[in-house]
Amino acid sequence: MLFVANPFYGIRGSPIPFSTTLIASVCPGGALVSRQNRRRAKPLEGLRKELTGIPGFDEITRGGLPAGRPSLVCGSAGAGKTLFAMEFLVRGATLYNEPGVFISFEETDEELTKNVASLGFDLNQLAADRKLLLDYVFIERSEIEETGEYDLEGLFLRLGHAIDSIGAKRIVLDTLEALFSALPNEAIIRAELRRLFRWLKEKGVTAVITCERGERTITRYGLEEYVADCVILLDHRVENQISTRRMRIIKYRGTSHGTNEYPFLIDENGFSVLPITSLGLTHGASTEFVSSGIPRLDNMLSGKGFYRGSSILVSGTAGTGKSTIGAHFVEAACKRGERALFFAFEESQEQIIRNMSSVGIDLESFVKKDLLRFQNARPSTFGLEVHLALIYKVITEYEPAVVVVDPITNFLAVGDEVQTKAMLTRLIDLLKLKQITAIFTSLTSAGSEQEDSEVGVSSLMDTWLLVKNIEANGERNRGLYILKARGIAHSNQVREFVLTDHGIELIDAYVGAEGVLMGSARSSQVARETAAQVERRLATEMKERELRRKQQLYEAQLIALKGQYETERDGILRELEEAKQREQVIASQRLEIARLRHADPDGAKVEENGARKARKGTVR
Amino acid sequence: MKGTPTKQRKRTTNGNSLSVDGDDGGRWNLRLYVAGQTPRSLTAFKNLKDICEEYLKGKYHIEVIDLMENPTLARGDQILAIPTLVRKLPQPIRKIIGDLSNTERVLVGLDIQPR
Repeated sequence: MLFVANPFYGIRGSPIPFSTTLIASVCPGGALVSRQNRRRAKPLEGLRKELTGIPGFDEITRGGLPAGRPSLVCGSAGAGKTLFAMEFLVRGATLYNEPGVFISFEETDEELTKNVASLGFDLNQLAADRKLLLDYVFIERSEIEETGEYDLEGLFLRLGHAIDSIGAKRIVLDTLEALFSALPNEAIIRAELRRLFRWLKEKGVTAVITCERGERTITRYGLEEYVADCVILLDHRVENQISTRRMRIIKYRGTSHGTNEYPFLIDENGFSVLPITSLGLTHGASTEFVSSGIPRLDNMLSGKGFYRGSSILVSGTAGTGKSTIGAHFVEAACKRGERALFFAFEESQEQIIRNMSSVGIDLESFVKKDLLRFQNARPSTFGLEVHLALIYKVITEYEPAVVVVDPITNFLAVGDEVQTKAMLTRLIDLLKLKQITAIFTSLTSAGSEQEDSEVGVSSLMDTWLLVKNIEANGERNRGLYILKARGIAHSNQVREFVLTDHGIELIDAYVGAEGVLMGSARSSQVARETAAQVERRLATEMKERELRRKQQLYEAQLIALKGQYETERDGILRELEEAKQREQVIASQRLEIARLRHADPDGAKVEENGARKARKGTVR
Repeated sequence: MKGTPTKQRKRTTNGNSLSVDGDDGGRWNLRLYVAGQTPRSLTAFKNLKDICEEYLKGKYHIEVIDLMENPTLARGDQILAIPTLVRKLPQPIRKIIGDLSNTERVLVGLDIQPR
């Protein structure tokens, strides 16, 4: 099969990302489709696989267990071996119409039926439909006396009959190792087991054989020597009093498979494996924006908000309003009609709803409309892996558009920083892959380096808001910065962050000669500023009035002087006119005298010239 | 299958199993499970016959069940190993596996005191 060669080829055989297949087959319908497609033409025949129908398991094995071959499921007591095996049969019968046989060496049919009834598996119904056959094999050492050579043909016949009677495609042997404690001759058992596995392969049934985990070997009796195609290890570990179930595929011949330890859950729906690993940086990038729910914050982020599918870290000390930012974001999403999921690790649902209503955020109505869901759990309830697994499960089921995780720092109570970071990386990858916009709040302890204690995840985040308590003049005020916002032109200014009865308000902090001021200092400074401004305005007005007065004064003086000048000018002009007239009179008299004396005209001319010269001098 | 010896006998007359009766059948009710006429099955039957003749003469009943013919019967007596001898009577039920070649162990298994 194609996917054997290339891990990124989904079980449909088309080059779709691994994760897409993951979503498809988590729901039973999707898995059916995958299976039908799988049956269609596959020219390159590799190892054929059989879908188990166990959510998640088929993804990490890229198609299920090897078809027609025995697989080994080992683990210590209480690891979930029997349940895994039973679910393999039940899912096979219900999802893929493949009848199965359960050979139990430990529990009777009635016990098994009761045990799995709580998971919603009705074995009696399946048995009545001839989809499932339970067979309890009882062997008691004390009843058995060994008297020579024997073989286990009786078991073979019994299995053969069980398989043939319902046409089984799947068989479970739980726990085959009971043979070792019941029959004294180990050499015979080993020889017979070898024969059994060969026989099962010939029968073409997909078998699951459960066995106990050994001290130093994978299984107590070394069954892995015989069943070597696929070995699955189930583990149940308790660290710091918190238990985590994990699964690992130790070996799977002829195929690629996930090699990590995967957490798995056993809950009311049965077994689910959570194939959450870092899926790589292959997720798409949306250019769509989603509002933060706080208009001024959107303004700070180039007016639109966050990119859809981005991860936002809100960090700050206690009581800075981180959860409120988350609540605003959730409210905005719900108002747009999108589904939101709130993971709260500190407060109960009721408490959050009450507290948020005190700042005017009504979350309850959205909860009623099933637009908002809360997942509340103390971090110490489960291990990190289980938390991640649960988050994954809820997200897959509910398919929200936005998610709030409040706060991520509480995970440090259950894991160290490295583990927490690894877990959050996987969570972020998962969210990005599903294009879910997520707000993570992070509590920084007061006094510590603000930009240091973010569980080391700040580099994974696309946007980082820092809410800071700024203490001055005997009061605390909140300041909000955007430390980074990838791909968004954002404001680098600190805003004062005020919680009002209608939600968060961002106010421009006072930035001036006095430094950055907030709270009452800001308002008193603003008042001082206003007073000073009024004073300055009054002074200006006074100066202006003075100027106007001066202008009027000088203008009046100017008019007076002009009048004086004109008067003096007129007098002088008059005098000049009179002098001129006098001169003319004198000249005309002289001509008259000359005429009377009959003087020489030249002489008269000379006289005239002389008179002209004299006049000129007078004028000057 | 406990408490239904009549039915079993009926089946034996059908030819599926081989029944060997001693004189006082019922005191020792033995059932030998085999799978086909293998040499080991034949050895086991022969050994059983010899032991019974020697120690239980006249008070035993042997029923041979071939699981090849009747695989469903394996479930009733919880048969895994072949051959298996089941002592149905006297109670309690005891199982002896193997070809019965170790007479001493067979006697211990059947709880027969050697003479």
